[in-house]
Amino acid sequence: MPEAYEQAIGAALSDEKLQSAVYSSTARLMNKRKEVVAAGVLPDYQELREQARAIKKHTLDNLDYYLEQFEARVTANGGRVIWARDGDDVVDFLTGLAKEKGSRRVVKSKSMTTEEIELNGRLEREHLEVVETDLGEYILQLAHQRPYHIVAPALHLTRYDVADLFADKLGVEREVEIEKQTMIARRVLREKFLAADIGISGGNFLVADSGAVVICTNEGNGRLATTLPKIHVAIAGIEKVIPRAQDLPTFLKLLGRSATGQPLTVYTSFLAGPRREREADGPEEFYAVLLDNGRTKLLADRAKRESLYCIRCGSCLNHCPVYRKIGGHSYPWVYSGPIGAVITPQYQGLLHDAWLPFASSLCGACAEVCPVKIDLPKLLLALRSEIVKSRAAGKGTTLERLAFRAWSWVMRHPGVYEMLGSAASAIAGDGGIPAPFRRGPLGAWLKGRDLPAIPQRSFRQMWRARKGS
Amino acid sequence: MAREYILHKTRTALGRNVGQPPAAAPEARIRVPQAGMEERIESFRQALEKLSGTVDVADSPAAARECVARLLCGRTAVASNAPVLAECGVASIEGVRAGIADRKELRAACAAAGAGITGADYALADTGSLVMISSPEEARMISLLPPAHIAVVPLDRMLTGLDELFSLVPAPAALTSSMLLITGPSRTADIEQILVRGVHGPGEVHVVLLQRYTQKEEA
Amino acid sequence: MSRVSLFVTCIVDQLFPKVGIAMAEVLERAGFEVDFPEEQTCCGQPAFNTGYRAETRDVARHFLRVFRDAEYIVIPSGSCTGMIEQHYPELFKKDPVWLEQVNRIRPRIWEFTKFLTEVAGVEDVGARFERVVTFHDSCHALRQLGIKDGPRRLLANVRGLTLREMTPAEECCGFGGTFAVKFPDLSTAMAKAKVDAIAATGAEYVVGVDASCLMQIQGALSRARLPIRTIHIAEVLAQR
Repeated sequence: MPEAYEQAIGAALSDEKLQSAVYSSTARLMNKRKEVVAAGVLPDYQELREQARAIKKHTLDNLDYYLEQFEARVTANGGRVIWARDGDDVVDFLTGLAKEKGSRRVVKSKSMTTEEIELNGRLEREHLEVVETDLGEYILQLAHQRPYHIVAPALHLTRYDVADLFADKLGVEREVEIEKQTMIARRVLREKFLAADIGISGGNFLVADSGAVVICTNEGNGRLATTLPKIHVAIAGIEKVIPRAQDLPTFLKLLGRSATGQPLTVYTSFLAGPRREREADGPEEFYAVLLDNGRTKLLADRAKRESLYCIRCGSCLNHCPVYRKIGGHSYPWVYSGPIGAVITPQYQGLLHDAWLPFASSLCGACAEVCPVKIDLPKLLLALRSEIVKSRAAGKGTTLERLAFRAWSWVMRHPGVYEMLGSAASAIAGDGGIPAPFRRGPLGAWLKGRDLPAIPQRSFRQMWRARKGS
Repeated sequence: MAREYILHKTRTALGRNVGQPPAAAPEARIRVPQAGMEERIESFRQALEKLSGTVDVADSPAAARECVARLLCGRTAVASNAPVLAECGVASIEGVRAGIADRKELRAACAAAGAGITGADYALADTGSLVMISSPEEARMISLLPPAHIAVVPLDRMLTGLDELFSLVPAPAALTSSMLLITGPSRTADIEQILVRGVHGPGEVHVVLLQRYTQKEEA
Repeated sequence: MSRVSLFVTCIVDQLFPKVGIAMAEVLERAGFEVDFPEEQTCCGQPAFNTGYRAETRDVARHFLRVFRDAEYIVIPSGSCTGMIEQHYPELFKKDPVWLEQVNRIRPRIWEFTKFLTEVAGVEDVGARFERVVTFHDSCHALRQLGIKDGPRRLLANVRGLTLREMTPAEECCGFGGTFAVKFPDLSTAMAKAKVDAIAATGAEYVVGVDASCLMQIQGALSRARLPIRTIHIAEVLAQR
């Protein structure tokens, strides 16, 4: 594992304040979810999961059809679909649009997809003013940090961090009360909304039969960004498509509950193009940006195609004992937790962060709560096998393969297996394992745990003795 | 160019041809539960009150007007052109401005007002939600810019939940560019997971359910 | 009289042999004839989890040969049972001959407590263990095999035993096979969270269905110098 990550993980594990924040926040989210998917509250929870998975499977297996249908409907509504192969295409489009309209001021509501392509930084380099308006994202923007969690981006910061940040960057008096901090942000951002030319949003769902983007938010910034500015640009991965408006009850009943234990987020916006002629308000122009950025590559891998079913609820993060210990910043990419471990190697290259799929005990808590029933442990195991196969020859790797070949041989030769077992027992004797052996895997174990005493007789030896008597 | 590229890569990944129809889609799952009006009102009240919204039931347009005035508590407000508001005479409440046609003026009024008063196209009982369809009668910003939102909703608009909504309105895009579900006051827990209301949208949501005393008049 | 073949697992064979003996005793008392096919070694999980599928298949084929004629195969481990039930079919999906062997053996594979409650139909094995215990839900047993109530019903009938549930009970102990040594700090941190939950119950023993989990937990308990001991459910059920 690259030293940078080992250090990040080590740092995370020894930061007690952080440990406590992540652990307790995720515990709260887990409990809230449990309450609202309980059999007495949502009796058809398991059926909804089956349905959601079936819809996602069908959609992705026929994605070209649905993308074209979505485009036709958006166009019929008076909007435009922009196809983007990667972040460059998105930036080119937006800068071109800004230039054409003479616009510079952009307000943004939260979107992991835009984090993925590092949109803000790139737009700023093109001299556009981009303001994040989701409170957590706004705070991170001021602090120049990456999100810590898919739905709770500023999980790792305290009110004192925020107080310092606002005083420093906004020139306001230092304020530690959270409600007052929120009102400061509200005031500052309200001005930005009213003055903005372009509002950029993500999209939780792209509805093919409607040409609509569905955005689920709690704060209201999503609404402001898509109502006040003259231009609304929605950016979403191509995998976000669902076939019909009538599929929304299924997904909406799962998303909020899985993410934060809310039956519905405060605002669920179904936006189908620019305002219609007689409507009282709304944007005059609407663009839906369909982003590939490697999704077609994942699509081609049939065995792992279900990685694209993800609706970005963050539930797998909340339930993952590894994520809960090391937090979002220990992961190499913007997507963390189990889904991050599964998609990062697929997007970035198998050997890019080859340690990542191994950093899991395969406990399966994630798969149990995934609203679209992605078999995350199975995908991690598949990735491990692929990584092992494709690893370039290196000293450590070759040793490991040799070790498992030897192990396999021993396990097919019971006589040898038994003999080695007796040898180990003899070496250990009464004093436990001698020092020269306390390295490698044994050394790693002993770092934080004691080893069991090696018994004098193995089971089979005891069994034989038992039968003899 | 990018379009052709992406569609081509998609088809290749899936082994599909240009113009190939999709496989049969699983049927959409719509299950509308049975529930009487009393049950719906109670469910709506519980759900919205849990989110710190308030629910009143008015048994006449006049009673609804009184309720709105009480909720306003002397604040200024902008009212939408929803027919139900005209029916209740909301525009005549002191401090309420209605019928603003100019978009710029409307925006300025909403930004300055203490409350926004609207109707709602539907209400959803199981989640305590309001369904607002953008139209000439309902401007989006009225329920968005002011710090408080008051909605007057005729009871015959009270649906059981999402399934009933999408079974009645299977194609919202045919009606509007914006259908919005509002489920309680705006909120965030982004700082230390401490709940704060009214971040960007209204921090107060009040719903007045209007029981029209003659059902037959509706037909 | 029905015959049961023990697959004790490599970890029990080499490190926790008394678990295997206890399991045999309980099964005999329940009226089964118990045998132990001596050629057995390992289910292949360590190689599989580390990504070495070819090596896993070699070992899996050995397992399938050894147990081909067994009537029931009873295993004191949720994870090894899960390996055979859930991953063997995947391993051999391109090999119809061996896949057939896998499918023939799968219905006969049983985790120990599940065997007792579902095949033997037994919930009271006549055991006595006058201690305060808590129970660790092993991940594979819980999520792959649905094992949660069975062991608790068995423990409820152990005379003198007091069960105190830990919060949270379903959290991973951090073993995860080679994960435990590839990511030792992380694995240890997870074990520590488990140890804290255990200590909070005031129990003297931690009971589980998987020796590997218990080894991890005991390792952390000992390092923390806590007197709490881990014990496999087979050993509890064999106590008189």
